[in-house]
Amino acid sequence: MSRIARSVPSLAVAALLVSVWWGLVIATGSAIFPTPWQVVTGTLELVRDGTLWGHIGASLFRVGTGFSLAVVVGVPLGLWMGWVRGAFATLNPIFQMLRPISPIAWIPIAILWFGVGNASPIYLIFISSVFPMIVQTTAGVHTIERRYLWAAENFGVSRYTLFTRVVIPAALPQIIVGMRIGLGVAWLVVVAAEMIALRSGLGYLIIDSRNAGNRYDLVIAGMIVIGLIGLLLDGAMRLLEGLRLVRWRYAHQD
Amino acid sequence: MRTKIDVKDLQKGFASDKGPLRVVEEVTFSVGDGEFVAIVGPSGCGKSTLMNIIAGFVRPDRGSVVIDGAERSRPDSRGILISQHGSVFPWLTVRENLMFGLDAPSRAAKADLADHYAAIVGLKGFEKSYPHELSGGMLKRAELARALVVKPEILYMDEPFSALDALMNLRMRNELLRILAEERHTVLLITHDVEEAVHLADRILVLSPRPAKVQASFEVALPHPRKLTSPEVQELRLAILRELGVDRSE
Repeated sequence: MSRIARSVPSLAVAALLVSVWWGLVIATGSAIFPTPWQVVTGTLELVRDGTLWGHIGASLFRVGTGFSLAVVVGVPLGLWMGWVRGAFATLNPIFQMLRPISPIAWIPIAILWFGVGNASPIYLIFISSVFPMIVQTTAGVHTIERRYLWAAENFGVSRYTLFTRVVIPAALPQIIVGMRIGLGVAWLVVVAAEMIALRSGLGYLIIDSRNAGNRYDLVIAGMIVIGLIGLLLDGAMRLLEGLRLVRWRYAHQD
Repeated sequence: MRTKIDVKDLQKGFASDKGPLRVVEEVTFSVGDGEFVAIVGPSGCGKSTLMNIIAGFVRPDRGSVVIDGAERSRPDSRGILISQHGSVFPWLTVRENLMFGLDAPSRAAKADLADHYAAIVGLKGFEKSYPHELSGGMLKRAELARALVVKPEILYMDEPFSALDALMNLRMRNELLRILAEERHTVLLITHDVEEAVHLADRILVLSPRPAKVQASFEVALPHPRKLTSPEVQELRLAILRELGVDRSE
């Protein structure tokens, strides 16, 4: 009940925005900019001919592949950099320099290296989501409290036990934060990447709808779908924060 | 009584903004096998640094810590440190925490031993709980059980109960005495609470303000259970407080 009550204000603001939008389109008599209802019918059209699911599937596949590669590379690399001082001193300056380069800036190079197939957007997603994961994982290891490391040392456990029972679980909450940021960035980037080339994906849908006859109703439909899926992806990552294994870190935020 | 811990001439300083800061200076004492020695001193006198050196976590600038005749330079599971803020791993359950340092042939054997010690400290039924689901007192019990389960020869306790409220503090002391009566360990306790020291220890060392030095030593020749309100206890308490410079003309 309180959940519903809490979402009333944001629903009201959304309704207000939609009515302002609708009013402005009618008032200005725009021939190109669609009314909310035209967006709804446009979306239904995409659902009915099945192209929407194809585009969503293509985008999710690219994000899934690029993001998974970034997890597989970024998390172990971050753990290593967090634990080994020399690795951090060597690699951190390089990554800090590469990190602020917008993934969009990589597009020409990605096309040069990987062509215009799936590999390009997957590479862009990888490059954009791997850095936040490295940074967060490293920070996660660096912020392990000394008392826990001392306790592990005190019991004289093997390096393997130290890593699997102390270092990784202690850093896990930060690793999850990194994954959340990484997935958010990945979703931003896939849409941008698909606008350049390719024949599928939500980014392609938006650019193609504009190019092929100014179908702005489909442009906005595509934008809304992107927003909704982004919300779902973030919600899925938030579920990870609810795992019993990491709740100690987030417990005070409830 | 055989000497268990022999601390000789320990010195430790740190660099600070105002030049070198001497924290521990020429601390020499020994602890017998199975003896319970409490070290009391004013706060900030370097007690914890001293404990960290003796437990092997911090290297002294000079001097040595000899345990069973061999010099100690690294921590190991023969002596477990229990500190004020605790170090029960929050990502492991009580049982997993207790199994952490265990070296048993099978997982089942480890779990049995862990559960046995959980029961000893009164945590039966909480084996699968995570630390954030426990109260402060239960957390201390888990910490104590995790130390005991590896059968250490020495317990290093650095203000172990000072984060607890007065009632829980007293209960944990009684609990500790009950366990020590069953399993004899050598205990080195650091505390600022004189009453706690008199309640628990066989011998009490008083440290001077920084740099820490052993200033006085008191034998506590009172049988357990000790009645904290008895005249002997009160007399000893006042003598130690006087030594600490707290003059209470009562």
